[in-house]
Formats: sequence, structure tokens, C-alpha cells
Amino acid sequence: MSVFSDLTSLLRSDAQSVQVVPPSGFTAQLTIFTAAAMAFLAVFALALSMASGRLATTWGDELARSSTLRIIAPQAEQPALTATAMRILESTAGVASARPLDAAEQQALLAPWFGTGVDLSTLPVPQLIEVIEAGTGFDSAGLRLRLEAEVPGAVLDDHRQWRAPLVAAANRLRTVGWVSALLLGLSVAAMVTLAANASLAANARVIAVLRLVGATDRYIAQAFIRRFTLRALGGAAGGTVLGMFVVRMLPAATDRAGFLTGLGFQGSEWLVPLTVPLLAAAVAFVATRLAAQRKLRELA
Amino acid sequence: MIELDRAAYSYGGDALFADISLNLTPGSFHFLTGPSGAGKTTLLKLCYGALQPTEGQVRVFDEDIGALGRDDVALLRRRVGVVHQDCDFLDHLSVADNIALPLGVAGKVSSGTKDDLTELLAWVGLTHRRDAHPPELSGGERQRAALARAVIMSPDIVIADEPTGNVDWEMSQRLLKLLVELNRMGKTVLIATHDLSLIRAAKAQVQARVLRIANRGVQLAGADL
Ligand SMILES: Nc1ncnc2c1ncn2[C@@H]1O[C@H](COP(=O)(O)OP(=O)(O)OP(=O)(O)O)[C@@H](O)[C@H]1O
Ligand SMILES: [Mg+2]
Repeated sequence: MSVFSDLTSLLRSDAQSVQVVPPSGFTAQLTIFTAAAMAFLAVFALALSMASGRLATTWGDELARSSTLRIIAPQAEQPALTATAMRILESTAGVASARPLDAAEQQALLAPWFGTGVDLSTLPVPQLIEVIEAGTGFDSAGLRLRLEAEVPGAVLDDHRQWRAPLVAAANRLRTVGWVSALLLGLSVAAMVTLAANASLAANARVIAVLRLVGATDRYIAQAFIRRFTLRALGGAAGGTVLGMFVVRMLPAATDRAGFLTGLGFQGSEWLVPLTVPLLAAAVAFVATRLAAQRKLRELA
Repeated sequence: MIELDRAAYSYGGDALFADISLNLTPGSFHFLTGPSGAGKTTLLKLCYGALQPTEGQVRVFDEDIGALGRDDVALLRRRVGVVHQDCDFLDHLSVADNIALPLGVAGKVSSGTKDDLTELLAWVGLTHRRDAHPPELSGGERQRAALARAVIMSPDIVIADEPTGNVDWEMSQRLLKLLVELNRMGKTVLIATHDLSLIRAAKAQVQARVLRIANRGVQLAGADL
């Protein structure tokens, strides 16, 4: 019996065919419930994967590859020190570019604290230099030493220090998410195998009658495959919709995004959880098919 | 149609019967008799592929039963109508659905099925019970439903195991009449029974031969029956 013909007869809706396997209310409900619960959890596992994937990208990308050099010195000395610092930065390996912020930009950064009407030249504000790193980055310890010698009052805020472990953590979380989704898929397979085996065993007499009237193994297996595939599909569809709804209801990500507010799907990512019911149905199809083939050989 | 060639069968211990050679020709009517436990049911099972001979050969429609795979046996069952001794049905389906089951299983349900079914139900006298469920049927009704199910595929061979096992005289005569009718339509009929009065009644209607299982063999019974 080929998988393909099993699939096509599964999709063909033959209204004429009677339910040859007696309905089993309670087990059916349990199977549907379990499939729904697994799908619900799978949606969260996927949301976790997607969100941590996004975080890893954000923290790893160009914006996050910047460091800041602060030059704390009296206003009068700042231009000279800034020029020296720029010279040092330009000659440092791993620095892609360095750019002193102009007065307007510095004003904008301070606006949240001091309002917009403040003249910075009257305040002891440090000069900021934005440093973008290139490739593998620069040697921050070496850079600090050189700055210390030539630019007193220079402080290098190296964002990589806190960024690297966060990117690693985000990547690990993403892996955990995928592994969880995989485990949930395997659990569906195990659950359907158990349920299908129980159903095949409970219906041994039905199988015997079907055989007496000329049913092939394929026909009998089909009755069980159809049943469990549809249950898994239905249950998982319900669980997925519920899961997506709950994810949608989580607080949206903001600019100041903590990780917790970013859990969810964005844009086309919403298509990913929609594959959960189909995958659950596919898993159920394969699991029931294997269980039926084994059991029917046994009952021969 | 059904040929046994030095066939033997054993359930593990001693052979139940051995060295049996038979040839049931198309259109023939045979009874198989013998004491309880002699192996009548077993011999019938060999004839429809539920069992394979432990020695020798059984051929049905010129096909060696021993060489058939499970799917081939399934296809064979569609050409051999069988009324089993225990008349098992699918209890969750109606009588009509049970009788039509072989058609569904073979993918042969068609627009004419409903009419065929109505006709068949009338023939076995179960029109009024068509929507009942098997557990609600009497013994005789079960036997008749089983017979209807056995013949719905218009098989060339009809095999019945104690078809009158738990019914009264009148009902057994009715069932016999149905089997005789099938034989007159040209079907090969093989019936296992230990009801000698049934055999006598049949002999008055058709040319029936009687095979008796005794001493691990099968003999053609004499005219004493
Ligand atoms: N599956 C089986 N395993 C082992 N022994 C069996 C099996 N089926 C039948 N037997 C034995 O084989 C012998 C013949 O059984 P069978 O059913 O063929 O007898 P029978 O002639 O049909 O009897 P009855 O008239 O009571 O129906 C019996 O002794 C029975 O106990
Ligand atoms: Mg018997």
C-alpha cells in the first residue's frame, strides 16, 4: 500500500462509506484534547523561538555594534582632546568608523532630562564619539590603554561586554524553542500511536468481521488512519487558534523592549504557527499507519 | 471450483484430518457432516482461505490457497460468500448496512446498490428489520442476514457453516429454500451441518452430495441418508 494512495483516499470524501469502526466517544475526546493542548504549547514554543531569534538579530546587528567614547573635560579642552581621540580611533584596527556627535545631536540625547531650551555650551557636558566596530571588533583593553595615555578623561562604553552573553542566551532560547516544538511533535506521535494501538486492539472483532467480508489491510488501516488524522487535525487546529489568540493578546513589543514584551510573531511569522495543525495531522497519519500495519500483521 | 489435493490440517498436535482429496465442481451442492469437533468448520476455513493446509494443497478458482498473500485472500473472499457459524456482524451498523458491507469494502457501492439491497432484504424476509441492529435480531434473523451478506457480491461459491444451527424446523426449511435457490442460479453450494433432517429435505429438492468427516478422512456418504 502506497503512502500516496492512502493520502488520496484520505482526502476523498466518500459520503457513501459507512463508519466501519464504531465511534468511541471518550477516547476520541481525549485524543482531540491532547492534540489541542500540544498544539497550544507548540504555538508558544514557536513564539519563543521567533522572539529570541529576533532578539539575537537585533543585538547582533549594526546598531548594536556601536560603542560610545565619552570625553569628560572642561569645554575649552574638548576640541583638542576630541581630535586626538579621533586620530587614535582612526588608527585602531577593528574600528569601522568614529564620529563625534554635534551639538544638536547631543542636545537631542539630553532633551528627555533637561528639556529642549538648554544651551549645552553653558553646561559641563562630555563630548560623545560614536564608534562603530568592524568585523571581529576592536581590542577594547588596548584601546583603553592608549586613550588613557593620550586623552585623559576619556571613558569607553563598550556595549559588547553585555551584548555577547545576551546574544548567546537569545540563540540558546531559540534552540530551546525549536527543540520544544520538536518534542511536542514527537509527543503527538507517541500519543496517537498509543491511542491507535488501543483502538485497533479494542476493535479486533470488527477487524475480523471486515476481513471475513473481504476487506484488505489497506481498507481497514484506512478507516483508522482517517479517524486519527482528522482528530489530530481538528484538535490541533483548535489549540493553534487558541494559542495564536493568546499570543496576540500578550503585551506588544516596545522600543525599550524588555524580552518579555517581545514574545510573539511579527508579520509573516504569523504563518508559521498555521503549519502546526498540518504537521500534527501528518504526524498522526504516519503514526496510525505504522501502528495499523503492525497490528494487522499481528492479527493475521 | 474447490479442489483439495491430499490436504491435511492440524492445529499443532495430531492432524485433524489428513490426505483429503476432493473436487467440488461448479454448480454442485454439497453437505459436509460429521460429529461435533470432527473438523467441519476447519475444512470450510480451508476452502475460503481463512486457514492454509498444513500438508497438501487447496485450490479455489484454480488458485493455490497456500500461495496467497493477505490481500489475495481478501480478494478471494469477495468471490466466495460465507455464512459463518457464529454470524458475526458490526453491531454499531444497521442490518442493511451490514448486509451491504462487502460492497463497501470492495468499493462497489453504486447507484443500484439500494435497489439490490431492498430486493435482497425481501428475499431473506428481513425488510421490516432493515434498520434494526444485529444484537436485536433473533437467531433465525441473524442467519438470514448473514446469508444475505454472503450473497450480495453475487459470489460463484456459497459456503455456509451450520446455517440452521439455532433455528426451528420451519425457519431451517426457509433457509434451505434460499440455499437451493442459489444453487439453481448456478452457484456452487457447500453446507456444513449435523442436521440430518435438513440433508434429507434438501435431497428432495436438489441433487445433493453428502461428505462425512470420520476417522481423519472424508467419505462420500451412502444412500442411507
Ligand atoms: N483455533 C483453534 N486452535 C486449536 N484448536 C482448534 C481451533 N479451532 C478448532 N479447534 C479444534 O479443532 C477441532 C475441530 O474443530 P471444528 O470447529 O472444525 O469442529 P466442527 O466439526 O466444526 O465442530 P462443531 O460441529 O461443533 O461446529 C476441535 O477439536 C476444536 O477444538
Ligand atoms: Mg463448526
